[in-house]
Parts: sequence; C-alpha cells; structure tokens
Amino acid sequence: MLRNKENRIRLLVLLAGIGMCAYGIARGEMLIVLRKAAAICLECCGIG
Amino acid sequence: MAERKRHFPVRKTVQGIWGLAQNGHLAGFLTGTIYAGPLKQFCVPGMNCYACPGALFACPIGAMQASFSARRPKFAFYVLGFLTTVGVLVGRMICGWLCLFGLIQELLYRIPVPKLSIPKKADRILRYLKYVVLVLFVVLFPIILRDEYGVSFPYFCKWLCPVGALEGGIPLVLLDETLRQAAHWLYAWKMLLLALCIAASMVIYRPFCKYICPLGAFYALFQRFSFLQLKVNQARCTHCGSCARACQMQVNPAEHPCSGECIRCGACVRACPHQALCFGMASQAKEARMKEAT
Repeated sequence: MLRNKENRIRLLVLLAGIGMCAYGIARGEMLIVLRKAAAICLECCGIG
Repeated sequence: MAERKRHFPVRKTVQGIWGLAQNGHLAGFLTGTIYAGPLKQFCVPGMNCYACPGALFACPIGAMQASFSARRPKFAFYVLGFLTTVGVLVGRMICGWLCLFGLIQELLYRIPVPKLSIPKKADRILRYLKYVVLVLFVVLFPIILRDEYGVSFPYFCKWLCPVGALEGGIPLVLLDETLRQAAHWLYAWKMLLLALCIAASMVIYRPFCKYICPLGAFYALFQRFSFLQLKVNQARCTHCGSCARACQMQVNPAEHPCSGECIRCGACVRACPHQALCFGMASQAKEARMKEAT
C-alpha cells in the first residue's frame, strides 16, 4: 500500500517535471537560455 | 580491495568522458570565443559554465538565474522541469557521475597532503548552507534585487561560483585582450574564491559539493523520492560500519540510504564485505525492505 503510494508520488513528480519542461519550451524559455548562454557571461567570468 | 581498484576508474572515466563531451568545442580554447550554436539552448544535468570556451550546452543553474533575472522575470518552468525530471529519476547520482567540477575536486583530494576533518556538528550545520545559497542566490536575489532600470544579475554566478571562474574566467581572460583589460576587483574576488576552493578540495573531499553547490541542494530534495535508490539488505547487514568508513561524503548508508548527501558514487556498495548494499529501482528497494521487516 505504502509502496504504491510512494510510487504514485514518484510518477506524479516525474510527470510534473516533464510537463513543466514542455510548458517552458512551449512558451519560449529555451530562447532566454540560448540568449544568455550564447553570449559570454561576464558575471560568470568575474568581469561584470 | 581488488574489486575497488577495478571499479574505481569506471566512474572517473565516465566523469572524464562526460566532461570532455559537454566541453567539446575545442576551437574555442584556441580562439578565445564561445560556442553560440543551437545546442546552447539545452541544459546539462551537472554544473558546467556556459562561458567556458568549450561548452556546448547551458549550465542549469545559470539558465535558471537567466529566467529569474530577466527584465520581465519568468518562472523557470523549462529548467526547473528538466532538473525535477533528472532529480526524480536518479537524484544526486549526477553529482557523483556527471559533474566535471566534482571530478576536479576529487582529483585535487588525491594530492597527498594532510586531510582536514570537519567536526561533526560544524559539518552538519555547514551542509545546510547550500540550501540557503539555492534559495537566496539562485532564486530570490535575481528576482528581487534589481537596479533602477529593472536589471538584475545571476547573483550566484557573479559572486559565488568558482566553476565560472575556472572554466570561463581563466581561459577567456588569458585569450582575450579586451576581457583582460576589463578584469578588476570582481575578477580578483572570483580568483580568490577559486583558490580557496582548490585549497579546500585538497584537504576536504568535495567541499563545494558538500557546502555550497545549489544544484546538489536541488537534487538532494529528490533523494528520498527518486526512482534510483540505494538498497540495504538488512538480513545481510551486520552493521560493521565498512560502508560508513568508505563514504567520503560522511553518510552512513546502512542507516540513511536515502540521505540527501549521498552522491551515489557506489563506494559503499563496493566496500560492503557482506554484499548488503546495491542500487536498484525504488519499488524493488522498498519491496526488499518490507520483505526483510516481516
């Protein structure tokens, strides 16, 4: 019983993760990531 | 012991190959430029700075901050969804097997210098620091702290991340004259942080992963609920403590197999003289525990 409940939670979290990822992609968040990652990140380097 | 020697390079090899694969834009190291192609919109599951000249993919912690610190901040569904999916599947196994900075710290720890043992109480308190870093520097500060134009920064990357200093800061400043001229006190601060991290890694096993890494903190939240679990066969376990002694993250796997500090490197599994530990899917692990309890 407990095992089933835990597995259900796991599955729900997995589906939520996939769903969030898909929703983020659908609303164009990959572009935000690309814009940031495709230019030299001055903060990361310690420049600005 | 022989078993350990046979297995040890496997994880190191995986870490090394993964590290090279995600930093495969080798031309960048010659020209002082970074890869700007379409692969950069995908995140890797471990820490790897996207300012590294070789980086082919995006760092998830940097990408998350990019979403939160945008002029019109967006909840980072894409990155958080990706990390949640990875976290619920394998938990902190990513830290143990697919993190280049983790590998660098492990190699530094092999330098034969006297090792430092952090008192248990201090160690326990310090371990919570990474959760504070995650909440404040990765989520709240990029959302809240903005200048008069509404511009925010990736605060973790800017102030705390030694990975960016090592993978991006050093090669780019060495190769690019303009960046060299622009480097000032912030660069000195990040180099100091990096030097501290390197020095600490020689005497403490993976200090950045234990105390600072926000990505490790995020994955740690899923350890109890991840599909991949460390299985303890209580019928075989004699509580000899071999697994706890083998664990360099100071976890006692026999007592806390789901600990958020376990990076699932497998050292405990190899060290157990009674083969009482193994990795398995969560349902099987639970099943085994329940069978033993009855």
